Amino acid sequence: MELDEVIKYELRLYIAGKTAKSVTALTNLKKYCEEHLKGQYVIEVIDLLQQPQLAEGDQIFAIPTLVRKVPEPIRKIIGDLSNEEKVLVGLNIIPVSK
Amino acid sequence: MRVVKQIGFIMTKLHKKQQLITFEQLPKTPTGITGLDEITGGGLPNGRPTLICGEAGCGKTLMSLEFIVRGATEFNEPGVFMAFEEKADELASNVASLGFDLIKLQDDKKLRLDHVHIDRSEIEETGEYDLEGLFIRLGFAIDSIGAKRVVLDTLENLFSGLSNQIILRAELRRLFTFLKEKGVTAIITGEKGDGSSLTRQGLEEYVSDCVILLDHRVINQISTRRLRVVKYRGTQHGTNEYPFLIDEDGISVLPVTSLRLEKEVSSERISSGIPSLDSMFGGKGFFQGSSILVSGTAGTGKTSIAASFANEVCGNKKRCLYFAFEEAPKQILRNMKSINLDLQKHIDNGLLEFHASRPTLYGIEMHLVAIYKIIKRFKPAAVILDPITNLITVGSVSEVKSMLIRLIDFLQDEQITVMFTALSLNTVVSEQTDEGVSSLVDTWLLVRDIESNGERNRGLYIMKSRGMSHSNQVREFTITDKGLSLVDVYLGPDGVLTGSAREAQKLREKTGVALREFAITRKDKEILRRRMMLESKIASLQAEFESTEEELNKIYLEEELKQDIIERNRQEITDIRRGNADTLKSKSKRKK
Repeated sequence: MELDEVIKYELRLYIAGKTAKSVTALTNLKKYCEEHLKGQYVIEVIDLLQQPQLAEGDQIFAIPTLVRKVPEPIRKIIGDLSNEEKVLVGLNIIPVSK
Repeated sequence: MRVVKQIGFIMTKLHKKQQLITFEQLPKTPTGITGLDEITGGGLPNGRPTLICGEAGCGKTLMSLEFIVRGATEFNEPGVFMAFEEKADELASNVASLGFDLIKLQDDKKLRLDHVHIDRSEIEETGEYDLEGLFIRLGFAIDSIGAKRVVLDTLENLFSGLSNQIILRAELRRLFTFLKEKGVTAIITGEKGDGSSLTRQGLEEYVSDCVILLDHRVINQISTRRLRVVKYRGTQHGTNEYPFLIDEDGISVLPVTSLRLEKEVSSERISSGIPSLDSMFGGKGFFQGSSILVSGTAGTGKTSIAASFANEVCGNKKRCLYFAFEEAPKQILRNMKSINLDLQKHIDNGLLEFHASRPTLYGIEMHLVAIYKIIKRFKPAAVILDPITNLITVGSVSEVKSMLIRLIDFLQDEQITVMFTALSLNTVVSEQTDEGVSSLVDTWLLVRDIESNGERNRGLYIMKSRGMSHSNQVREFTITDKGLSLVDVYLGPDGVLTGSAREAQKLREKTGVALREFAITRKDKEILRRRMMLESKIASLQAEFESTEEELNKIYLEEELKQDIIERNRQEITDIRRGNADTLKSKSKRKK
């Protein structure tokens, strides 16, 4: 029961090499998740330079792209995730009030 | 001296440079689309992007897809088709009707379809991003099959899915550089924008090498697709609007405006199928590969002339195409049976093909493309268009004329004899046909009505026939159940006579001849008799003369005899008186 609770969010971040934008996006994502989804998320980082064949499956065209695989429906957020509010709305995360 | 040498040296250098320039021609990738390669002088620029733009439904996707498919099937160049609009399976089923098997090509690694799905509702944008993902996808697709051709259809969908225009424009520029680096020949399609811009998002700014504009126009309820090469850097190309057709074989563009007049000509002759008409052309008929116009008012037998020409061509074991714009093939077959022309057997032998369509079926250019395609397939020796006048219902006079110019050009290039029939609308002999093609054709036959004595007859004459001696006579043209023939018009003391008037005059003449003959024989007899009379008279006079002559001769002899006797008597008497018998003797001796 608790396990289900834990893996509530499956997130996938597509990047292409360690560019500034990718690094920023990953840092931002980790920060938000730690803040609002502590213990309930999995982040998978896919570097398309190494696995280009994966781009088609998730319909990736922009980099970086964050894909929310779970819960359904699939949501996508593109950009370096610098706007926290937009990311949270996009992922449909209810922010933990500070 | 030295200066001159130097100048010469510079000149040879310049000359060499020029030669180099002409040698370095822009490499091109053939599209395999019928006609397009002719217009572009070999195809699209190799290794560069080309923009195909136009309104919705004008055939952009199909043209780009055909480029990929032809590349894969005909030129062994695999291709990537990146679709931003349609899904891969949708595309596959859409073009299956054209005989393109995308699934099989994909399995053979000749083709890769990639559908890029962009849905604004699923996407949130925060902060900076780029389209590296698209590049990676494209690069992966290209590398996985070694693609030489790429289509991005329609790139502008990115603009509807993403809101950051600044990033998009920068990335587009990078995309085109990326495509050039990859060395692929690419087609980018774009929707036509408002006003004068070629594409809605100004894609033409990025693609500067080759731009092709497609157009789908409806004029007088008839739609025609057209194509124009707006620009093509570094090469010559046809600049006109060319009609194109989408049918079961894909796209065919018609590079119909031939700029040159350099066609081969033949001096071989082919019969018209009417022996007496051939004799008007010096007994040999038309030139092979020439154009013949038969014009005339309604019901003068234009179709019959055309049909007998078709019959003749097929009779010589050559192929003939018959485009009928007025009558159904069955109707023509039935009607021609009545003048002893059996065209059915030629159809059964595969020598004759009928293509009947109402002119309003599609636009004039489409007719041309359709005719062009059929001719290319059937490879006939002769083509008949019956009648061209009907085409005017779908186009203006100038359009029909330009279509016919192009058709004649094309046919003459292929050495195909063509016969047009045209209906003149007024009964006055029109010196100009309605389509104004009379100056284009090589031979012009005019069939006209000759109305007199309460009946209508057909007269045929040759208005012109380039390059051969031809009769200047009006011949009466008769259609009988044995076929067509020309009769010499009767030129009597009362002028030119035709039809029954000619027959009547002939009869009159016959009577006249009989009467004259009779008169002549009577006179001959008279003369004979006269001569006999005279001769007998002469004989009697001769006899009379002879008897008179004899009488006169008799008197004369008697006189002489008398004289002689008297003389002798006198001598004897003298001798007796002198008693000189010797003298008498010597005298008689001397006398002896």
